[in-house]
Amino acid sequence: MTSIREDFREILRLVRPGSRVLDVGCGEGALLDLLAHEKQVDARGLELSASGVAACMARGLSVVQGDADLDLDHFPDRSFDYAVLSQTLQATRNPRHVLDELLRIADRAIVSFPNFGHWRVRWSLLSRGRMPETKALPLPWWSTPNIHLCTLADFMALTADLNLRVDASAAFTGAGPARPMDPTSALENWRTETCLFMLSRHGASPQGKFSQGELPPASGDLFDG
Amino acid sequence: MAAFDLVTPAGGGTWRFPANEPLRLDSGGVIEGLEIAYQTYGQLNADKSNAVLICHALTMDQYVASPHPVTGKPGWWPRLVGPGKPLDPARHFIICSNVIGGCMGSTGPASINPATGKTYGLSFPVITIADMVRAQAMLVSALGVDTLFAVVGGSMGGMQVQQWAVDYPERMFSAVVLASASRHSAQNIAFHEVGRQAIMADPDWRGGAYAEHGVRPEKGLAVARMAAHITYLSEPALQRKFGRELQRDGLSWGFDADFQVESYLRHQGSSFVDRFDANSYLYITRAMDYFDIAASHGGVLAKAFTRARHVRFCVLSFSSDWLYPTAENRHLVRALTAAGARAAFAEIESDKGHDAFLLDEPVMDAALEGFLASAERDRGLV
Repeated sequence: MTSIREDFREILRLVRPGSRVLDVGCGEGALLDLLAHEKQVDARGLELSASGVAACMARGLSVVQGDADLDLDHFPDRSFDYAVLSQTLQATRNPRHVLDELLRIADRAIVSFPNFGHWRVRWSLLSRGRMPETKALPLPWWSTPNIHLCTLADFMALTADLNLRVDASAAFTGAGPARPMDPTSALENWRTETCLFMLSRHGASPQGKFSQGELPPASGDLFDG
Repeated sequence: MAAFDLVTPAGGGTWRFPANEPLRLDSGGVIEGLEIAYQTYGQLNADKSNAVLICHALTMDQYVASPHPVTGKPGWWPRLVGPGKPLDPARHFIICSNVIGGCMGSTGPASINPATGKTYGLSFPVITIADMVRAQAMLVSALGVDTLFAVVGGSMGGMQVQQWAVDYPERMFSAVVLASASRHSAQNIAFHEVGRQAIMADPDWRGGAYAEHGVRPEKGLAVARMAAHITYLSEPALQRKFGRELQRDGLSWGFDADFQVESYLRHQGSSFVDRFDANSYLYITRAMDYFDIAASHGGVLAKAFTRARHVRFCVLSFSSDWLYPTAENRHLVRALTAAGARAAFAEIESDKGHDAFLLDEPVMDAALEGFLASAERDRGLV
């Protein structure tokens, strides 16, 4: 598994075998393929680009061409155990709605995004006075698909606003492995380049696959493997 | 069923409904002694799990992978069906039948009405897509198949696939719908009406009883085909193929076919009348116009598919298809998703228009191949 992206590796660790997973913005299906083969999940995808969808279908993955902003609305409530939104939240027109929808259609949402509070971003803006271009945010402001960038602290505020529970969180820097992270720490907001969360709804009583006392622990399982 | 015990790599014939099982139609009518003409390719495997039904489009027929007896042309879907293709007679038992109302061996308006001894003509009952599917389901049973591995079709064939998923979801494992819609738009109906009026305006149509008079409304049918053919293409495809190129040096200053596109359409029209029956064209276009799955399910398309949750769907549209545009296909996919079915959907970039599903589209081929291969794995066929 040496060539697997570090965030994919974490998602693989997080997802229980045989569960139902929707990958929103699944690209050419690399993560879904991994999940299907390593965790035997019922893997589905939603992808904006026709070439991505066609590539997924050629790999035998069930992927619908569509837009996270528009098409999540058509999925029934709780039709998945996990909805994954990997490095896509910041490119949606309405991140708040998308996040809310993820936790309507799935019991758990796994979300990763670049942290705009990372010190390189802050330094770049402070020193150059220009929109930051970093490894995690490589494109100039006028061509980036990222229209709703946020910091770790901003994201935590949104989860509180939507009454979401953080079940697990991890930080990535460069291509290095994931490390545990306290998302409320101001220091993490400086040093985390990319963060990954597993979220659920406060007070939700998960049914379906989670119902028979199989509820995964609320936190910590991200690093048990 | 003894006749079907020896299904050869390419078989087929005409199946006659048992005398005690007339086909009951949506219109309330009944057809006694209905005959369905069909072709098969490959063999049914021991656990009867490898059967595939291909549903044909408006003017196609059962000769999906064998030479057409009238035109001599090879089968109409060589990209999908054949040795080494996604549907392979070496692995699949492929069935393709001529729809009821058709004119390639199935009972239709050109058949003899046993009650009168004359051709049906307009006394043939109005048929629907669901009637076509009901007849197919009985044929499939007669061929010894309970559950189809896949039901596949484009355009009107895609309508039949949807109807299968509504009426017989328990009898199918997967479904492929290409360039289709769950109902006809006003524009679709309008184009069909132009075709029907062209046929009925031909003096040789004789109120539909042309066979009795020994004539055929060839001009009307040719015009219907010409109008329809334009809707199967796209402006860029026509432009690329013909532009404003002339047939010869200079203009005729008259109404001969000066432009290449004119002579192309005239050829399409005149070759069509050799292989198609005008009344069949009326009945089948009507069936397509009447097709509206949501209407029979309280206006909610998703409700129609609630029993088809277990079916895996592949829906493909083509970006330049203005007859069944992507929006119509996406509407179907959203309903399938809302019903909880497993749907894969892509809009294929193509400038070839509606006919793209029959043409050289490598992205479509790869997507279809991937979909069918993965369904085969899950079905335990490989």
